[in-house]
Amino acid sequence: MQEVLQYIFSGITSGAIYAVIAVGFSMLYNSTELINFAHGEFVMLGALSFVTLSGPFQLPLMPAFILSVAGVALIGMLFERLAIRTVRNPNPIVLIIITVGASIFLKGVGMLIWGKDAHTMPPFSGHPPLDIAGAKLLAQSLWIVAILFITVAGLHLFYKKTLTGKAMEACAISQKAAWLTGIPSKFMVLLAFGLSTGMGAVAGVIISPITMSSYDMGTMLGLKGFCAAMLGGLGSLWGSVIGGLLLGILEALGVGLVSSGLKDATAFLLLLFILYVRPSGIIGSVEVERF
Amino acid sequence: MRPLTKCKLNWMPVFIAAVCLVFSSAAFCGAAEKNYKIGGIFSVTGPASFLGDPEKKSMEMAVEQINNNGGIDGHMIEAVIYDTEGDPSKAVMSVSKLINRDRVLAIIGPSRTPTSLAVIPRVQQSEIPFISCAAGNKIVEPVKPWVFKTAQSDILAVASIYQHIKNQGMKALGIITVENAFGESGKEQLLDQAPEFGLQVVRSETFGGKDSDMTAQLTKIRKEGPDAIICWGTNPGPAVVAKNIDQLGIDIPLYQSHGVASPKFIELAGKAAEDILLPTGKILVADLLPESDPQKRVLTDYIKGYENRYDTSVSGFGGYAYDAVNLLAKALEGTGGDRGQIRKNLENIKGHVGVSGVFNFTPADHNGLDPDAFVMVRIKNGTWTLVK
Repeated sequence: MQEVLQYIFSGITSGAIYAVIAVGFSMLYNSTELINFAHGEFVMLGALSFVTLSGPFQLPLMPAFILSVAGVALIGMLFERLAIRTVRNPNPIVLIIITVGASIFLKGVGMLIWGKDAHTMPPFSGHPPLDIAGAKLLAQSLWIVAILFITVAGLHLFYKKTLTGKAMEACAISQKAAWLTGIPSKFMVLLAFGLSTGMGAVAGVIISPITMSSYDMGTMLGLKGFCAAMLGGLGSLWGSVIGGLLLGILEALGVGLVSSGLKDATAFLLLLFILYVRPSGIIGSVEVERF
Repeated sequence: MRPLTKCKLNWMPVFIAAVCLVFSSAAFCGAAEKNYKIGGIFSVTGPASFLGDPEKKSMEMAVEQINNNGGIDGHMIEAVIYDTEGDPSKAVMSVSKLINRDRVLAIIGPSRTPTSLAVIPRVQQSEIPFISCAAGNKIVEPVKPWVFKTAQSDILAVASIYQHIKNQGMKALGIITVENAFGESGKEQLLDQAPEFGLQVVRSETFGGKDSDMTAQLTKIRKEGPDAIICWGTNPGPAVVAKNIDQLGIDIPLYQSHGVASPKFIELAGKAAEDILLPTGKILVADLLPESDPQKRVLTDYIKGYENRYDTSVSGFGGYAYDAVNLLAKALEGTGGDRGQIRKNLENIKGHVGVSGVFNFTPADHNGLDPDAFVMVRIKNGTWTLVK
């Protein structure tokens, strides 16, 4: 029993990370119907710039957090403005390939700036791990889960209660119709990119104390986040949260109860199964189109 | 059409003659050359550049030192070095280039086990002496006539760890290895050698090189109640394992492999690195070695030379190439550049004191090192201390 509880705690930690990444995917999809395969690289940028700002630059945690998230969001908006909006024939396949290219480019830039070595940093707070019925829960895990719920709740309010948020949702339904009603749809897309990549950076920042950050960390995290988003229902905020946590817990249980070699396989098999039973994900309401 | 055909017919022999001339003159030049050419292939860039870059620098340094001392039998050594980028197919191409175009007498490198294994068939077929700088035991096991290696095998690392564990009177072990060639080979050795030392592996787990959390695997190991945990991987995974063990409050000794024997590991694992035990080549602890150690002088010379020349701190890996060049130089003496003779000389080198250990090659052992090439160290207050 104690072991199972420990597996679940481990799962919640990694699951919350997947969830934050999945929320980034979902948000962008919500507003633009685009999957950004460079999302994992924005996570990497967030993690590494946070490590640099709070390490060599000696900034306190809060300013370093805000600066790295804002910086990465800015890079995300630049990416939209320079690489996505300028495409003459914006059909989904072309845009997706552009994001794949951007992912390779950003990875290269990350390698040039931070080198090939891994970087690390101490946890946000120095509390010892909590002991719950013999299982250990890290203070950093609580931070991660708390930040996950705060940001998702904030985004939820933003979409439901503010005019800008509603305008973004309108753009997602039909960009042309939104534009006709006077919504600056191009700006909304830009904003969606900024928010989504900013979420990626948040994910990077909160995991930097528990894992090692390096230029090539983004790809696998991006894939897991994408799985989580699909699992929960692409385009749904709370779906992404559920998808992420579920994926994390199942992975940990897969390791604990089945075999550590099958960790990724367990998760991906489950994804296939859920997509077979519910193609739109657990909470998904949108029709999933096949490209 | 007609003039064109005619033209072709007329030019063909001239062209062939020209090609022949170029090639024969190249061959002529090669024969007239006084220098001994040796080839080097290292992963100077790419994911394994932490191996290849210091190896390339060490090879250049060793060659320069030999030439400054008058070369070998009056011949200067000339090194031709290519970058494999850690890619097996590029390594094979580089080897072909070294053999066919540069006509080298022997080849040193590559840095990684997969690249080394990829070029071995080509080397064997061309009958050219080859000294690999990679750790994998499969390179020299079974013994291939033309293939040698200078890096310590993981067999020896496992033997050092097990000897230490046995001396502590521990019996049951949990092992956790990374899912790549290094981890798989380590796991194989750990499982194979355990009975020899009267030890038992009670639980064997793996982790992905990029995983962010290993607490689930470690919880599983803890359930079996082992006396010690052995982790086998290269950075950054083992640092996460060390942190997780600390966080879970698992209070048994943790052994790491020589794959993390660098200051980077201590930096990554932070205070979780305290009291971790690991085997390492002596280069990491050269200044702690007693004066009586046969390698002490070679090590300090190498470290001083390297740090003066490149103005960076020495790496634990460049020594493989440094040893390879010096072994080759010894084997080249009196051969006049005959490959068969070089190979034979290499096989008979005894008691060569190098950076990675004391080499005693025999026809049955083309690595030539014994477990003494490793020392066990314990991490204390963020630095290494020797353990007996």
